[in-house]
Amino acid sequence: MAVITYRDALNMALREEMHRDDRVFLMGEEVAVYQGAYKVSKGLLQEFGEMRVVDTPITELGFAGVGVGAAMAGLRPIIEFMTWNFALLAIDQVVNAAAKMLYMSGGQFPMPMVFRGPNGAALQLGAQHSQAWESWLAHIPGLKVVAPATPYDAKGLLKAAIRDDNPVCFLEGEMLYNTKGEVPTTDYIIPLGKAEVKRAGDQVTLVSHGKMVLVALQAADAMAKEGISCEVVDLRTIRPMDVETITASVRKTNRCVVVEEGWEMCGVGAQVVDYVQRYCFDSLDAPVLRVHQADAPMPYTKSLEKAAKPDLPKTIAAIKQVLYLD
Amino acid sequence: MATKVMMEALSPTMEEGRLVKWLKNVGDVIKTGDTLAEVETDKAIMELVARGDGVLRARLVEEDTVSPVGVTIGVIAGPDEDISALVSGAGGAGGAAATATATADSRGVAERAENSKEKEVVVSASPAAPRENNEVVVSASPAAPRENSEVVVSASSAAPREHVVEAPAAAAGPVRSSPLARRIASERGIAIDQVAGSGPNGRVIRRDIEAAATAAHVSVSVAAPAAATTAAPAPAAPSVATKPTAASAPSMVIDGDFKDVALTQIRKTIARRLSESIGPVPTFYLTSEIDMTKVTELREQMVAAGDQFKVSVNDIVMKAVAIALSRHPECNAHWMTDHIRYFSRVHLGMAVATDDGLIVPVITDAHTKGLGQIGREARELAKRARERKLTPAEYTGSTFSVSNLGMFGIDQFTAIINPPEAGIMAIGSMETKPIWMNGAFVPRQRMRITMSCDHRVIDGAVGAKFLQTVRQLLESPMMMLF
Repeated sequence: MAVITYRDALNMALREEMHRDDRVFLMGEEVAVYQGAYKVSKGLLQEFGEMRVVDTPITELGFAGVGVGAAMAGLRPIIEFMTWNFALLAIDQVVNAAAKMLYMSGGQFPMPMVFRGPNGAALQLGAQHSQAWESWLAHIPGLKVVAPATPYDAKGLLKAAIRDDNPVCFLEGEMLYNTKGEVPTTDYIIPLGKAEVKRAGDQVTLVSHGKMVLVALQAADAMAKEGISCEVVDLRTIRPMDVETITASVRKTNRCVVVEEGWEMCGVGAQVVDYVQRYCFDSLDAPVLRVHQADAPMPYTKSLEKAAKPDLPKTIAAIKQVLYLD
Repeated sequence: MATKVMMEALSPTMEEGRLVKWLKNVGDVIKTGDTLAEVETDKAIMELVARGDGVLRARLVEEDTVSPVGVTIGVIAGPDEDISALVSGAGGAGGAAATATATADSRGVAERAENSKEKEVVVSASPAAPRENNEVVVSASPAAPRENSEVVVSASSAAPREHVVEAPAAAAGPVRSSPLARRIASERGIAIDQVAGSGPNGRVIRRDIEAAATAAHVSVSVAAPAAATTAAPAPAAPSVATKPTAASAPSMVIDGDFKDVALTQIRKTIARRLSESIGPVPTFYLTSEIDMTKVTELREQMVAAGDQFKVSVNDIVMKAVAIALSRHPECNAHWMTDHIRYFSRVHLGMAVATDDGLIVPVITDAHTKGLGQIGREARELAKRARERKLTPAEYTGSTFSVSNLGMFGIDQFTAIINPPEAGIMAIGSMETKPIWMNGAFVPRQRMRITMSCDHRVIDGAVGAKFLQTVRQLLESPMMMLF
């Protein structure tokens, strides 16, 4: 099996789906001639032509709206946001149009479309460009929210998102684009709404998604050296959330730590904690803890940015706390 | 930080306790774990230990008085700390005064604790409050001690999580425990308030329960009904009254004909437990006269082999009952109201008469133990019972019980089931009788045993088959080797 980057896995998914279904097209800033701000759409203009790989002006609300209209007309648009930070300008189309269209049209207009782009902080991009939006988006009935952590999942989940008849917000990671992993060249789908146990263990469950899955796995490695066995649950899809996988794991381990990029208040982890307390109450040996970004705009200063981000030491500290170690 | 000394539930069924003796004086320096007093529970005299450091500032109840579980009976605090609020709010089952200590001025939010069923509510106030950490502790002690509520409101600055501490070090009060710990404790019949918590603020967590289970070999639930219904009774006033009032005195008796003696804790418990039994438990009785000649021979051989092999007839009977129970698990069961719990291990209760009354220490895993070990444990438990030194773990968890009045010359009797157990075996005296065997009367050692069966669990034929096994084992004791 070929080892390729997360970026190339996404590219492979786009290419395969555009070959499979000629209603699928890609639209966004710099996706065509420039081959994508992060080169996710590399080669697609040459392969599929300018009718299916469309450069837009810098008008997020506009081209998101064009995408909604195209979906209403029977196409299957993929709208690329250069980053999800810019999608704030388009949020009315995402939340008020795409998410509600099927409902408000009495079922007449499905919204088979994907909004995708990098989400979360990279390095020193400042407060406005270092934000994780999944809890905002996951709050909205009508949207599905996906955040793959690995190249394998990126391909399988993007293909599933493109084939889904609902609007899917697909959250990539700027720091993930260059990560590598084994990705089959075959046509495979990872169903939306299914979490995956990325690593089995029996003493504490780490629930995470997207980039922070890698931190959770590192933490599990570090704890294994101390003889502590961590189970890492990768949500993969945030909405709908796979409650069964989470609760089955916590019932086994009796302890849980949620690791996420976003802020604490109303974060994805808050929802995980709710499910855990509701369905695993009698299995809990410790309060569920969360590792998340500091409750402040992301600092630009390197040292402060590091201090604000959730990271490996903070995750290990939380794990030790729920295990009543040290 | 002041620590209240409370009347703690020192046994699974304890609802009130009599303070027998204070072991510390006001002014003594106290460290966590120091023994403060001796308390008589419904079963034994137990030690009450300090849950905090400081100086014993107040002793709020006199020796020989009874206090419901949960009532404040003393205060440990710093030498100069103001404890007036604690002292005034304490004492008596109805001491509902809320006590509040504020470690700083409370410009944050104050929460009322009333009506909260939760043992502990932690609220972190708005992160906007731009001051250093202030902590307000509001604790209410309502009449029902089990429903104590504590609300900790911490007003903190930018990073509220850092300051969201749980309620401060537990004074004697509601047991803090994880849900998992509570579940495991309930499944294994461990009284969680008997377990020392190793988690934050004394929280009892899984490892504590597992350690307690290992230590006590208690693996079955006895689910004492009293523990489930914790209505706090009014404190009793034990006293010896010799003068009935004229109105209530029966006309046929005069002063000096009788003596009223206040009920001891153990007598109250016996009364309550046994009437719980004979009332709702539909009991039937099976009696069997067993030929004990071979048991007698066996015992004589063992005695002849040396003192270390000396066992009593009672030990042999208990061994036989334990083996029979392991072969008839349908009789080794608890009636759990909405279900029957059958046990795979045999924990044999052994009724022991003490000067204060009956208590039933437990020989755990009796079916796996040899005669010698059963005998040693039985003697040790009986001795400790008479000295009132049994720990709760030693008198809880039995799956079936045996009661022996043979030494008093009782031919046969019926014993009262100790719920939720489904049966009890009553052992009568052994005597020599002429028995018609092979065409002639021969002298044989005979003994009558009577099994009381809870018909909700054990049907007649089931009990009879069990008794048949006991008889076989005793009439051919070599079968116990099988």
